[in-house]
Amino acid sequence: MKKYIINRIFSMILVLVVVSSLTFFLAKAIPGGPFTKEKKVPDVILQRLEEKYHFDDPLWKQYAFYMGNLMKGDLGPSFRYDALTVNDIIRKGFPVSATIGFLAVLLSIILGLPAGIISAYRQNFWQDNTVMFFSLIGISVPSFILATVFMYFFGLKFKILPIAGWGGFRYMILPAITLAAYPTAYIARLTRSSMLDVLSQDYIKTARSKGISEFRVITMHALKNAILPVVTYMGPMIAAIFTGSFIIERLFFIPGLGKYYVTAIYDRDYTVILGTTIFYAFFLVTANFIVDILYAFLDPRITYEEKK
Amino acid sequence: MKKKSREDMNEKKLFTPIKKEELGIKEFVRPPVGYWKDAWRRLKKNKLAMVGLVMIILLLLFAILAPLLSPYKYDQTELTNCYASMSKTHLFGTDAIGRDVFTRIAFGARISLAVGFVAAFISFFIGVFYGGISGFIGGKTDNIMMRIVDIFYSIPVLLIVILLMVILRPGLTNVFIALGIAYWVGMARIVRGQVLSLKEQEFTLAARALGASKRRILTKHLIPNTMGPIIITATLLIPNAIFFEAFLSFIGLGVSAPMASWGVLASDGVQGFRSHPGLLFIPAIFISLTMLSFNFLGDGLRDALDPRLRK
Repeated sequence: MKKYIINRIFSMILVLVVVSSLTFFLAKAIPGGPFTKEKKVPDVILQRLEEKYHFDDPLWKQYAFYMGNLMKGDLGPSFRYDALTVNDIIRKGFPVSATIGFLAVLLSIILGLPAGIISAYRQNFWQDNTVMFFSLIGISVPSFILATVFMYFFGLKFKILPIAGWGGFRYMILPAITLAAYPTAYIARLTRSSMLDVLSQDYIKTARSKGISEFRVITMHALKNAILPVVTYMGPMIAAIFTGSFIIERLFFIPGLGKYYVTAIYDRDYTVILGTTIFYAFFLVTANFIVDILYAFLDPRITYEEKK
Repeated sequence: MKKKSREDMNEKKLFTPIKKEELGIKEFVRPPVGYWKDAWRRLKKNKLAMVGLVMIILLLLFAILAPLLSPYKYDQTELTNCYASMSKTHLFGTDAIGRDVFTRIAFGARISLAVGFVAAFISFFIGVFYGGISGFIGGKTDNIMMRIVDIFYSIPVLLIVILLMVILRPGLTNVFIALGIAYWVGMARIVRGQVLSLKEQEFTLAARALGASKRRILTKHLIPNTMGPIIITATLLIPNAIFFEAFLSFIGLGVSAPMASWGVLASDGVQGFRSHPGLLFIPAIFISLTMLSFNFLGDGLRDALDPRLRK
């Protein structure tokens, strides 16, 4: 286990170095610097700017400078907002994104798991068909469409919830539901298929023949094993939710990191794009790592030592 | 002579020997069914998959026949007739600058479907090549090649695609490239895993014993046997690619005007959707239907091509 964790940490660092180097050089390869705007900047100012951001150094020096700062956790300044650094933007945006993200994760587990269990338990009955129908919709309808449909009905037609904006729990409901739609559907399908697998096993029969209540058989005996594939999905799910929020935040006008990211794309604010990409990569790689470790604890059959 | 004829008579009365062909033995022996035929038969039984297949064919026809289906051009504006509602002349109405929505949807289908198929094709090509070689050679080469894949795999597809689109600049060709680059990784992993297990099997040994070259073993023996999982992955990749294209267009990184994919149409529709929700809902329905069809078909193919996975 220890060896595995150390191995994983090394590969994590490798991934991050590769991602940040790749993004750095890709950004440098873009024709036209960040200061080429519609209005021509006077040469003197351009020179000063380039000096300030070390653009006049050779490429390797710039790279070393950037990576050095990265080690210290400094992602550099924003090119468009003079007063802001990328770190400021992340510090401002990420808590907001994380709040909705966390709600969406919670929602998809609370809804998806029971739906999948019921669906497997009542296989081919109407309960199963209903769950499978809705989960297919959840998987097939893109989030931005779902978002606008929700906004239209709940915000405009019935006027129950605010259409967009940020402030208080009421503003979080629609974005969280929209974000949760896909993972909920996916978890429901995943739980269903693994639950069907487990329910046909002998030890379930044994448990039933011992006279244990059906509820206990399902929750204690079946679910404990059926939940493993769901745990493996946690890593990709977190990634899906946090990258999914790029659009949701933009649509709902939520000042989260996703909105800054998309705005930075519009503005071609390269340092912000770079910085947030690296930040997201770091966050998601870490999340994956934690999920993998968690998995090993949940499933005693897994020993990472043998695996190579 | 006499005796024999009497025997004949008796036999004819009780048991008449009949020819083998008349026995109808053939009906009892199942004719050998190939893997693909068998899969097709299983697929045909799956109603949802067939619905998906029929819808995909209809959508393809819709896209191919786009110029014939409507008298308008996709960028033809009619400024006196903005936001027209559904009518006979404009089946889905017109948009903010009087362009016929039906025509734009039909031409959008071309782009959206092209994105899906081309992305699947590119990733198929790279993935099979890369994964096949990696799995076949094995050892250190495999280790290094898979490390590279792992690195790619741990970065979310969306981040890769967005980054590439920012650098490559929006445009249809670049959408193809970006999606292709982003998606081959999953394909490579699957092919590699399959090849890895197949190359230990007896038929590979037999081929080797017969003196088949490595290249022949890989291309004629191993790759064809991985086709099932590859096709499943490719089918499920298409709706994903269509979604990503819609997503990219939605945040302004996809196809540029006046061309319009469904994502662009939906994105345009958002701006006026409080007063004209149809402009959003129509492309939305098309995107969702397409994704639904491909998901149906992909699920069906998984059941049909990989009976072991069947639930």
